[in-house]
Amino acid sequence: MTISKLYLYTRFERFWHWMQGMLILLLIVTGFEVHGVYRLLGFETAFAVHNLCAWAWLVLYAFIVFWIVTTGEWKHYVPTFSKMFEVIRYYTSGIFRGEAHPVPKSERVKHNPLQRITYLGIVSLLVPFQMVTGFIYYYYNRWPQFGWNWTLSTVAVLHTIGAFAFLVYLIVHVYMITTGHTLGSHLKAMFTGYENIAGGD
Amino acid sequence: MQAAVDKAEDGGVALGRVKARQVSSKPVRWVTADHSAHPILQQEFKSPEEVTKACLSCHNEAAHQVHQTIHWTWKDPADGEGLMGKNGLTLNNFCISIHSNEPRCTSCHVGYGWKDASFDFSSEEKVDCLVCHERTGTYKKFPTKAGYPVKEATKFGKKTFVPPDYRLISASVGRPSRENCGVCHFFGGGGDAVKHGDLDSSLFNPSRDLDVHMNAEGSNFNCQRCHTTEAHFISGRTYKQPAFTERKSLIEDDLVKLISCESCHTEKPHRSGHKANDHTDKVACQTCHIPAFARVIPTKMQWDWSQAGRKKNGKPYKVKGESGKPSYDTKKGSFVWEKDVVPEYFWYNGRMDYLLLTDTIDATRVVKLNRVLGDKDDADSRITPFKVHRGKQPYDKGNSTMAVPHLFGKDQSAYWKSYDWNQAIAAGMQAAKLDYSGEYGFVETEYHYPITHMVAPAENSLQCVDCHAEQGRLATLSGFYMPGRDRQPLVDTIGWLAVAFALLGVAGHGLMRLVSGKKRE
Repeated sequence: MTISKLYLYTRFERFWHWMQGMLILLLIVTGFEVHGVYRLLGFETAFAVHNLCAWAWLVLYAFIVFWIVTTGEWKHYVPTFSKMFEVIRYYTSGIFRGEAHPVPKSERVKHNPLQRITYLGIVSLLVPFQMVTGFIYYYYNRWPQFGWNWTLSTVAVLHTIGAFAFLVYLIVHVYMITTGHTLGSHLKAMFTGYENIAGGD
Repeated sequence: MQAAVDKAEDGGVALGRVKARQVSSKPVRWVTADHSAHPILQQEFKSPEEVTKACLSCHNEAAHQVHQTIHWTWKDPADGEGLMGKNGLTLNNFCISIHSNEPRCTSCHVGYGWKDASFDFSSEEKVDCLVCHERTGTYKKFPTKAGYPVKEATKFGKKTFVPPDYRLISASVGRPSRENCGVCHFFGGGGDAVKHGDLDSSLFNPSRDLDVHMNAEGSNFNCQRCHTTEAHFISGRTYKQPAFTERKSLIEDDLVKLISCESCHTEKPHRSGHKANDHTDKVACQTCHIPAFARVIPTKMQWDWSQAGRKKNGKPYKVKGESGKPSYDTKKGSFVWEKDVVPEYFWYNGRMDYLLLTDTIDATRVVKLNRVLGDKDDADSRITPFKVHRGKQPYDKGNSTMAVPHLFGKDQSAYWKSYDWNQAIAAGMQAAKLDYSGEYGFVETEYHYPITHMVAPAENSLQCVDCHAEQGRLATLSGFYMPGRDRQPLVDTIGWLAVAFALLGVAGHGLMRLVSGKKRE
């Protein structure tokens, strides 16, 4: 079996990936403390860290979107149904039989159809949804100025739903790291930028 | 310069704090009169009324002014009907009502000789100027003499009261000090700390921890620094009217009266960007900044009159409780005292509603002798701390009204003489000109006091989590969402189920990969 080494993830891509990972983790930990699930940092610190991360993410997000648009990376996020079924079949059965991934990574195809649709959904729906509900939540005191007459619980509940979605995504995402050519290959790739591809040529 | 210091301390500008320091910086006081040099005060006064006459010879409007105030009428100036107030038809759950008990209660009246309903409220010479204006600290009224000092040395309990040296005292007069106000207001209910819990003798000389405004090393405020006065009218809470009608800061309007925290501190008192600034529309400053009341001296929290009258060997007796305060007294019943009390919290718009002696009550429920008015949806309401004093006291069973007992006096109908409730209530109701059915019972009551004094330093204020927690201080307030306290249970349940499902799913998938991988080997 030949192993080819592909440079898939540029420096900025790796940077924003890990920054975003750290921010999501911190936001989840502090968010659920503010939600009253446990006591860890103390409510005030948790609240402060949560808001700081939110602002940081907003800035980072702007850079990410700018980068994706200007570098043409957006092409990797265009949803496709071609081979979608094969990928689903791979993860539900083929993977147990040691089959090869139906969509090998290449410079032109960094993400399989499932990844494309998931990442696109996250970056264009879940992240903005969480940012918007979060900022509305934070600026609760200004609502009357804007003539808004909502109840805080509506916004808080929406934001909580988003948080659960992130948590579920995070669990699955972290697990999926281990499904590469070796247990650590995907993880390594996100540090070095180089992915080892098995079976390709 | 001061602003620079604040900035350094806070790591950001707390505009409210800076403004508060500006408006409360020590006023330059100057006077143009030395009272000891006034010939009219150089006489041997035989009665306190003679002192008042001498005062009025120059301050000829003073008595008229005092006559208009609640300090004199003991009725709410905002209540045209004259029903609200100690001398009206309101009552409390301490010694209940002054009607028929005047001599004991009126020792705190700013007048002389109010011993029964016949007191002449139009008399100028009965106004007691000294109790508020003397500065020697030696002027004392005798507790049971209807507002008079003694004429000869007299013992009351363990203390001996001596006749005042009017000449010396009248020469000392000046602007009221904390002592002048405290002599009555710190001893409400007949003893130190009994009534309020946030006003007691510990405020004569408080530490910084107890009161950040009044401690001597700090700003050393006297009472009038907040309770500003105008022609003897002293701003503060009355029965029908809030202490202040508009929450305005001095920055917005130089003419607004002091009294509210916002007057000096503005509505954004914390450093800029701090979330606490966003709370001032819904939470009173006192809620976070007075974490507990009665922090030095225990205050009375419960008073059960139904236990009164028990005797030992045929004699009245007293029992001292843990705190050194009486837990039982034959004359009054049983008490509960508490120190360092966590307040109860209510939405409060500055107004209170008082039960009148003529109002019908439901004796099967706790009777609220006053009610805190306010609502979460009312823009004027803030979550505010209260002392709730709980009592059990007599009521008229036949008429379903609260009862006025005649407690104090040497006559047989006085409860503290005969220990006969029926006689005492009959006499008390008659004095208050109220009908008594002849049948009494005891009912549980509540009385609410807003907690607004004993402001702790910022570092001792409440933490976010004190309220933002499931069982936090505001657990009893409902109808609004508070992060950390409230959740939508369905959303949380589905959310955690989804998380569990995801964990199980990846664990199962991983396990199957492990097993199938081993097989392939």
